[in-house]
Amino acid sequence: MKQRWSRWALTAGALTISATAFAAGPSAEMLSNACAGCHGTHGGSAGLTMPSLASQSKTAIVEAMKKFKSGERPSSIMGRIAKGYSDEQIDMMGDFFSKQKFHATSQAVDAAKAKKGADLQEANCSRCHLDDGKDGKDDTPVMASQWLPYLQMQMQLYQSGARKMPDKMAEKVKPLSKEDLDALLHFYASVK
Amino acid sequence: MTMQRRDFLKLVGAGAGISAATALSGCAGTGLSDTTGGRRVVVIGGGYGGTIAAKYIRMMDKSIEVVLVERNDHFVSCPFSNLYLGGILPDLSTLTIKYDKLTTNHGVKVVQAEVTGIDAAGHVVQTSRGPIKYDRLVVSPGIGFRTEEIKGYDAKTPEIMPHAWKAGPQTLLLRKQLEAMPDGGTVVLSIPLGPFRCPPGPYERTSMIAMYLKKHKPKSKIIVLDANPDIVSKGKLFKKGWAKYYQGIIDYRPAKKVTEIDTGKMTVLVEGIEEVKGDVINLIPPQRAADIAVAAGLVGDDKRWCPVNMATFESAKHKDVHVIGDASIAGAMPKSGYSANSEAKICATNVVALMNKREIVGLSGINTCYSYITEKEAVSVAAVYTLQDGKIVGVKGSGGVSPDLNEAEAIFAKSWLNNILTEMST
Ligand SMILES: Cc1cc2nc3c(=O)[nH]c(=O)nc-3n(C[C@H](O)[C@H](O)[C@H](O)COP(=O)(O)OP(=O)(O)OC[C@H]3O[C@@H](n4cnc5c(N)ncnc54)[C@H](O)[C@@H]3O)c2cc1C
Ligand code: HEC
Ligand code: HEC
Repeated sequence: MKQRWSRWALTAGALTISATAFAAGPSAEMLSNACAGCHGTHGGSAGLTMPSLASQSKTAIVEAMKKFKSGERPSSIMGRIAKGYSDEQIDMMGDFFSKQKFHATSQAVDAAKAKKGADLQEANCSRCHLDDGKDGKDDTPVMASQWLPYLQMQMQLYQSGARKMPDKMAEKVKPLSKEDLDALLHFYASVK
Repeated sequence: MTMQRRDFLKLVGAGAGISAATALSGCAGTGLSDTTGGRRVVVIGGGYGGTIAAKYIRMMDKSIEVVLVERNDHFVSCPFSNLYLGGILPDLSTLTIKYDKLTTNHGVKVVQAEVTGIDAAGHVVQTSRGPIKYDRLVVSPGIGFRTEEIKGYDAKTPEIMPHAWKAGPQTLLLRKQLEAMPDGGTVVLSIPLGPFRCPPGPYERTSMIAMYLKKHKPKSKIIVLDANPDIVSKGKLFKKGWAKYYQGIIDYRPAKKVTEIDTGKMTVLVEGIEEVKGDVINLIPPQRAADIAVAAGLVGDDKRWCPVNMATFESAKHKDVHVIGDASIAGAMPKSGYSANSEAKICATNVVALMNKREIVGLSGINTCYSYITEKEAVSVAAVYTLQDGKIVGVKGSGGVSPDLNEAEAIFAKSWLNNILTEMST
């Protein structure tokens, strides 16, 4: 009788231990922390080219990751990294970063360009890039305070055709001069 | 079962100690020698792993006291130190961080001291400033050298044949030697058998020294004696870059293990037979976990590296002690700064879980290493990791190396360095 009980106790012990050893999958925080070596703690990038993810629109992150994964969106490294995650994990990370505090940056921008950009965005971009680029609705990314060299690299990718622009955005971007576009990016980078 | 019991007893005992803590602090050099209050984590090493473990534990649970013990009052990054050797960086200032903001931003207690021993049974770290008690210990001390495997190597050798495999004075010395070398001279770079810190590191160094020679001393060359049968990481890309930019400057010789040296004659001997002479000799000795990890009995049967439970990085040798970074055996994760950063977060998450009696959190990690071939072009290797049957493995289908040398990564790499050093110091 005594032996039976102790054997039962042993089995129970083994069960507890294996439950710890095979813990649940990685949490949103565990997944996202691994990205911070490049994107900064909690997705707040110290610049100058790695983009901030903190307070980015969840859908924008999820869409970006899925496009990196499929190769639809060009990347230097994100394609290789995005392939390491399931859609569910991508969703968890999008959720995590979207909830982090907005990362305001103090960048060297050209004040005259930023002012010109502020006027231009009203008529051309504000329909989608809401509230001076501070609000990321659905798959439209937050651009306020994003690092200028990053935005410039992305605009180049759009214009070379390597990254596909949304049709409606292309309609607005195409008529603008190089200088106008650069002014717009200076503006968004300067928004805090 | 037994483990949980002991943990439980320890918690009870610790609770009694809380009131005593205030009364007894200040008696010893660190004020941390007597009791812990039951919630103290000590971290050894303020480098790529240790700073992140200390910061993230505090970010996740402010009720845990974190003490970071580091011998220096600053840290110099190995990543990008090859760019200083190549002449791209004027000094080491962009690679140097301080610890003060870890204290002001996160409340990490930083103790500048040499750790001289670990009493795992007594939960005490011995330091040059006195003992420090802990409830859990995280060890991230980096590497040590197996110099005993090179005949003729003594305490003065690094002053003559620098390794520059720990950044700081050694990096400055190697750069000075390169500058002093007359045009037409020969640099010898000796690479040990793996595993060593930063698999692509020696080949990036080869590229950067070749770049320096091409620009400033075009009649000179670099002979690379690699103990490994071939380039250990990103081989195709390095070879492509070397053929494109450094033809006639780099003389790469695989499977050449240096076994003996003569600092007087400035020669190295390959397998005790083939003598190679250099004007500058960058001798990178074979490696193991740092001295303190060996002294504390944290290394495994190989006497070199520290085996751990890969889910939590808790030592297989001592309970309540975790080992991360270069010193640990982390499955598929290589000995890199990015790995150390990622391992530190995995470890921190589960140190907090264990201290709060919560279930451990499943593992997810990343490694990335950028390497410069020229000032303007770089390549990278990246991978995403998970835990499978208790071992860290790469996620199938993810990761890999850059398709080609490219300018974008030479730009992004600078931002990587800025972000990872900012993570470590703010
Ligand atoms: C030339 C070169 C280039 C590299 N490039 C890259 C790169 O581009 N990307 C990358 O990811 N990795 C790179 N690495 C690798 C990277 O430097 C290491 O993997 C990383 O530093 C490991 O972190 P760690 O915490 O284990 O050790 P470390 O960062 O070395 O930190 C250990 C700390 O512990 C302290 N310490 C040790 N013993 C004691 C003691 N007894 N008492 C008190 N303090 C102690 C040391 O002073 C040190 O500050 C490179 C390495 C080299 C040599
Ligand atoms: C090695 C550094 C590195 C790591 C690690 C990394 N990223 Fe990135 N990330 C980049 C770079 C560089 C870009 C720009 C695209 C490119 O060239 O790859 C980028 C772009 C992005 C973007 C697009 C941002 C925008 O607004 O356009 C998202 C989203 C993103 N990364 C998410 C992540 C997530 C989530 C992780 C962790 C799973 C991660 N990244 C890990 C370097 C990194
Ligand atoms: C019809 C809506 C719309 C309009 C108008 C629009 N955009 Fe966009 N923009 C988007 C969406 C959606 C994305 C993300 C699409 C993708 O994944 O490539 C985006 C992405 C961007 C990006 C990349 C940001 C990043 O983090 O990767 C830049 C830069 C940008 N837009 C600039 C502009 C500018 C400048 C204008 C005005 C001239 C403009 N956009 C007008 C919808 C719009």
